[in-house]
Amino acid sequence: MNQAVVVKNLTKKFGDFVAVNDISFSVDRGSIFAFLGPNGAGKSTTIKMLTTLLRPTSGEILVNGFNPLKDQDKTRKSFGIVFQDPSLDEELTALENMDFHGIIYGMENNLRKKRIEELLKIVELWEKRNLLVKTFSGGMKRRLEIARGLLHHPKIFFLDEPTLGLDPQTRNQIWEYIRKLNKNESITVFFSTHYMEEADKVADQIAIIDNGRIIIQGSSEKLKEKTKKKSLEDAFLSLTGKKIREEEASGIDRLRTRRQMWRGGRR
Amino acid sequence: MRTIYVLWLRQIKRYLRSKSRIVGSLGQPLLFMVALGFGFGPIFQKAGAGNYIEFLAPGIIAQGILFTAMFSGTEIIWDRQFGFLKETLVAPVSRMEIMIGRTIGGATIATLQGAIIFILSLLVGFKPSDISSVLSSFFVVFLIAILFTATGTAIASTLDDFQGFQLIMNFLIMPMFFLSGALFPLNNLPPFIINISKINPLTYGVDGLRATLTGSSHFGLKTDILILSIITSIVLAVGSYLFSKIEV
Repeated sequence: MNQAVVVKNLTKKFGDFVAVNDISFSVDRGSIFAFLGPNGAGKSTTIKMLTTLLRPTSGEILVNGFNPLKDQDKTRKSFGIVFQDPSLDEELTALENMDFHGIIYGMENNLRKKRIEELLKIVELWEKRNLLVKTFSGGMKRRLEIARGLLHHPKIFFLDEPTLGLDPQTRNQIWEYIRKLNKNESITVFFSTHYMEEADKVADQIAIIDNGRIIIQGSSEKLKEKTKKKSLEDAFLSLTGKKIREEEASGIDRLRTRRQMWRGGRR
Repeated sequence: MRTIYVLWLRQIKRYLRSKSRIVGSLGQPLLFMVALGFGFGPIFQKAGAGNYIEFLAPGIIAQGILFTAMFSGTEIIWDRQFGFLKETLVAPVSRMEIMIGRTIGGATIATLQGAIIFILSLLVGFKPSDISSVLSSFFVVFLIAILFTATGTAIASTLDDFQGFQLIMNFLIMPMFFLSGALFPLNNLPPFIINISKINPLTYGVDGLRATLTGSSHFGLKTDILILSIITSIVLAVGSYLFSKIEV
C-alpha cells in the first residue's frame, strides 16, 4: 500500500448540477499533494467525500486503504482535517478544544495529555492553552486547528485552504509546521489553496481541478513545462482561463455574511 | 460513553460561562410571575379559584424549561455556522452518540434553569405543598427538558440558517406556552381551546409539574407522565433521524 488516497471515477451530483465529474487520482504515502482549482471547481466537495462528510453519487474511494462509506470510523480515525472555515468552539479554551478532540477520538488519558503538550508547543500555543479561543487571532486559531487535527496521530492530513486570509508571516510559519510534521511523522498532506506560490514551494504533486474535472496532474515543474509558463500561477491561468467564477451563496454563506456584519471580520 | 460525557460537559461549561445568558433568560419568567401573578391574583381569588401564584408558578417554571431547552436544541444552527459541528461529524463516533450527548447536555441546562426559576418563585410567594413533592417534580422537569431539547434539535437539523428561527419562536414556542394551561385553568374553556391544549405536549408538562408541586392536576400525574414519555420517545426518534441526515 504505497498510496494514501486512491480515487477512481468519482462523481458527485447535486440535483442536475455535477460538482465532481468522473475524477481519478492517487496520492503517494508521505507526500505533499496540492489540490488546486478556481472557486466552485469541486475542491471542497471532493475533500468532503474523502472525509466521510458527503456520499459520492458514484465512484470508488480508498483513504489509507479504507472505504469511507463502509469503514466510516476506521477512515475517520486515520485522517486529520483542517476545514476551510474555523471549526473551534470559541467559548472553550485551547486546551479544552484539544481535550474534547482527544476524548471523542478515544485517546487514552496519559497519551492524550502528552500529545497535546507536544503539539501545542510545536504550534507555540502552550503558554496560551488556558485562554478562551474567542480571544485568539485568526493565525492562532489556525495553528490550534492544525495541532488539533494532528492529535490522534492521523496518517493523512487534509487541509482545505488552511492559509486563507492570513498574513504572509503566519502563512510561512504554518507551512513550516506542516513540513516539519510531514517529515518527522511521515504524514501524508493533502491540501487545497488559492496561493500558487505555496503549492509551488511545498507540494510534491499537484492536481488542478476545474468544472468538476481534473485537467492536469504532476509536479510543479511538469505543469510549467507543459504550459510553457515560468510560474505556476501563469500555468494555472493558462489551464483554467481568466474568466471569474460565480458561486451561488448557500444558506450558511448568507449566515456568515450576516455574522461578519454583526461582529466585524473574522480573521 | 466518554463521547456523551464530553459533549454534555461542553454544554455545561458554555452555559456556566455565559452569565448574561443565565441572567437574561430569567428576566422573562420573573416578569410573568410578578406582573401576571400579582395582576390577576385578586380576580382569580374572587372567582373562587384560590391563590393564583400557586397556580401560575408551575406554569412559569415549565415555560422557562421550554424556552431554554428549545434554544439549546437549536444551538446546532450556531455550531453549524461556527463550524464546530463539522468537528464532531468527522470524528469516529456515531451520530446517535452526538445526539444523545447534546440532548442530555441541553436538558441538564434547562433543568438547572427550571430550578433557578423555582427558587425565584419561592421569593414571589409560591409555596409548594411539601419538600418530597419538590424532588418528585424533578422527574417531570427532566422529562420536559429532554422533550423540548430534542424538539429543538429536530427542527434545527432541517434549517440551515436563522431565517426560519423567528418562525419557530412565533408559531411554536409562544403558542405552546399560551395554550398549555400555564396561565389559566383548562376547565370550562371553549372546545377549540381545549382541543388545542390537548394536542400541546407542554400542557401535560405543566399539569405534571402542578400535580407534583401543588397536588392539584387536570389529567392526573400518571396520564401526564405516560403521554410525555410517549411524545418524548417519538420526538427523540424523529430527531435522531433528522440529525443523522445533516450534511455540511
